[in-house]
Amino acid sequence: MKEELIERIVENVLQGRRDKDDEGIEEDYAGEPGVAELVQEALDNGIDTNTILLEGLSKGMEQVGQKYETGEYFIPDMLTAAEAVEAGMKIMEPHLAGEGESEGKGKVIMATVEKDLHDIGKNLVSIMLKGSGFNVVDLGIDVPAARIVEAAEEEKAELIGLSALLNTTMVNMEDVVRELENKGLRDKIKVIIGGAPTSDDFAAEIGADGYGKDAFAAIRVAEKLLSGGNK
Amino acid sequence: MSQRGVIVGKPYERLSQEQVEIINRTSLDLLKDPGILCYHEESVSMLEKAGAKVKATREGEHDAWWVSIPEKVVKQALDTAPSKVTLGARNPENQVVMDAEVTRIHFGSGSETNYWLEIEPETFSSKKDGREQVFPVMKKSRGNLGFLARSAHLANNLENLDFFIRNVNVQDEDVTTENKDVNVFFTSLNNITKPVVGGIADFNQLKQVVGMAEIIAGGREELVKNPVTSFITSVIKSPLQVVAETAEKLIEIARMGLPVVISTSPQGGSTAPIDELGMVAQVNAEALTGIVINQLANPGAPVIYGAVPVRARMDDLHDMYGVPEFCHYNMACAQMARHYKVPCYSTAGVGDAKVPGVQAAVEKMFTYTAVPFAAPDLLHYAFGLLDKTQTFSPEQAVLDNHQIGMVKFLHRESGVTAEAAEETRKVVREVMNSPYRMYARHARKMLRKGGIFEGFPFEGESDDQDETLLKLHERFKQIEGEEPEHLPEDMCKKIFDQTPGLLPRLNPHAK
Ligand code: B12
Repeated sequence: MKEELIERIVENVLQGRRDKDDEGIEEDYAGEPGVAELVQEALDNGIDTNTILLEGLSKGMEQVGQKYETGEYFIPDMLTAAEAVEAGMKIMEPHLAGEGESEGKGKVIMATVEKDLHDIGKNLVSIMLKGSGFNVVDLGIDVPAARIVEAAEEEKAELIGLSALLNTTMVNMEDVVRELENKGLRDKIKVIIGGAPTSDDFAAEIGADGYGKDAFAAIRVAEKLLSGGNK
Repeated sequence: MSQRGVIVGKPYERLSQEQVEIINRTSLDLLKDPGILCYHEESVSMLEKAGAKVKATREGEHDAWWVSIPEKVVKQALDTAPSKVTLGARNPENQVVMDAEVTRIHFGSGSETNYWLEIEPETFSSKKDGREQVFPVMKKSRGNLGFLARSAHLANNLENLDFFIRNVNVQDEDVTTENKDVNVFFTSLNNITKPVVGGIADFNQLKQVVGMAEIIAGGREELVKNPVTSFITSVIKSPLQVVAETAEKLIEIARMGLPVVISTSPQGGSTAPIDELGMVAQVNAEALTGIVINQLANPGAPVIYGAVPVRARMDDLHDMYGVPEFCHYNMACAQMARHYKVPCYSTAGVGDAKVPGVQAAVEKMFTYTAVPFAAPDLLHYAFGLLDKTQTFSPEQAVLDNHQIGMVKFLHRESGVTAEAAEETRKVVREVMNSPYRMYARHARKMLRKGGIFEGFPFEGESDDQDETLLKLHERFKQIEGEEPEHLPEDMCKKIFDQTPGLLPRLNPHAK
């Protein structure tokens, strides 16, 4: 029973089905429960959140990643799978808070920096981070440094992810690092950056903790930075 | 029924109705005056009986006849020529079903190059800093039966190749004029399950080749229903001359009721006028001549209007394929064939370039993107042909397969329907109300339905070298590893028992 439910969660993550109304990759899923319903059922059956998260949602997402590596899955498949994971996380949220412990792999603030409107890449990173078990608060585009730091403080985030696509706006990433220093938060909150004009070198130059060239790198860097953290 | 090829929704009509009529008129006038110069006595008497005016003459060592063909003879032939012709195949699912009134285009290979040009990757080190890099080195060999077998096997595995015309000429020591046809047809048929189309060099072997095809198809009647091999006859020597030997084959094939392409290949600037009107009027008159002879021999026999008009190169009078005039000629011919409601065999995709590379890609992409807009039924020469048809490159054929895949995709239907519009409204509303406003879920659906083109599969990783040729070579080698689909043992035994001249070394089941 328990194993079968978890197995179906994995399967529905692979199929990218948020709920019963979603189609799968194969068409014959109509009306069957999706990730949201299955997670609810698992909770109702007393399966603990950690098991649902690690053996269901995260495991599904891992398999999605493997299928991507072998060329069977493409980015749209990853995104739909990540959405399905997110739908499951939403159901779990009140229970996680109730248990009063860690929220997935950690809390991340994502934003495109001030004066920059590009968000396709940033959204991809946000969705994929969520899909792999991070708790992401996405502030959107054109966000001033002060607002980003304020939100990180409010949300008790452990990581800030910044995106910039213009070489005129990438300099605004440095403002975020300075603002954290000014507020004495620099040692509590890590900063990673990304976007076409940025690089490892640029990250080092402005004193950020990491750089990711794509969404997969974003996950790797985020996992590395938060693994030694407060769990 | 087989659904190979792709429908061209609204064929591009380069010529107005009035211009089609001008060309038709001009061709008919040319067939009357000067008429054709025919070297084949039987054709002449058939034409005369049908109402043509004939005047005997001598051309060098040969008897010849000036034949003035009246309009009604042409019209009669066009009335009896079928608009539906099927090229059969060992695997009937691979049949090419042509209907002059359905604008479905099929892509094929061809034809008989002298050379096989293959890539051999080699490592070089820089004189400057010793850095090592792999480059594609070209190895050129004379064609033989081994290469022909490999090219047929390759063609069998190229999903966008719809019919096979042999790619390499064979120059083996044990192949002579007396046994060449049986050996090349057997080698082709033994390695591909798609339609085989080809020319016959020696009239005496036509019966043996057809006998072989009958064994494969399962009998005489079966062969007419599923002609696993069809023929090409270059019955015309431009300008406007009918060759005796080829006319004989054309008539015999017509009588057997097997499909035949009337192929005429004038060169604009030497054997035909170079301007579009002049070229198309002449090549059209030539194709019509072939159809007339074919239909006089056997009214209703399956026949295909074949035009291979090319332009002369101005610096050495070689053929030139990768130029806009080539497209003009071929598009206009496709339109003329449709006007007559006879299936059309057209041409595109030959590289004038000697080796695969930028020049070849530009020339090929240009012509086999443009000509299909006119929707001929068959487009030959489209795979691997380089050096103005002198050279076949298997790696180039692998690239052509991909590029032709793009061309086929280009002609897919737009999908604009009232029901689809309802779905669009739904999707946009849904996405606008979702957190990231992304269409990924929708894209995934298209992707899984096969609605999204794969992209360029031979992309390299290097920042300073084009690795396409190396990737093509890898893919070619991978295809070569695929199990061949040979003819079954008992069938081979029957064929070898019955066909004189067939080389025992070709039997795949021989110990
Ligand atoms: C789409 C686009 C737009 C769209 C944006 C729509 C949207 N919703 O985002 C619109 C039309 C609005 C736009 C506007 C402009 N654009 Co624009 N745009 C682009 C374009 C074509 C694609 C960007 C994109 O989405 N890429 C796809 C995503 C998936 O890739 P990505 O963003 O790089 O993200 C990946 C990684 O970088 C990384 N990543 C991204 N963020 C993060 C964050 C973290 C933390 C991590 C770890 C990783 C990470 O992971 C992502 C996923 O793999 C680029 C060209 C290009 N090739 O990049 C130009 C480009 C970025 N734009 C450019 C310009 C100049 C402009 C305009 C100034 C044009 C104008 N004159 O108006 C305006 C500026 C508007 C503004 N103030 O921001 C220039 C920038 C030049 C420069 N170096 O400064 C570019 C490079 C085009 C060019 N060559 O000229 N643009």
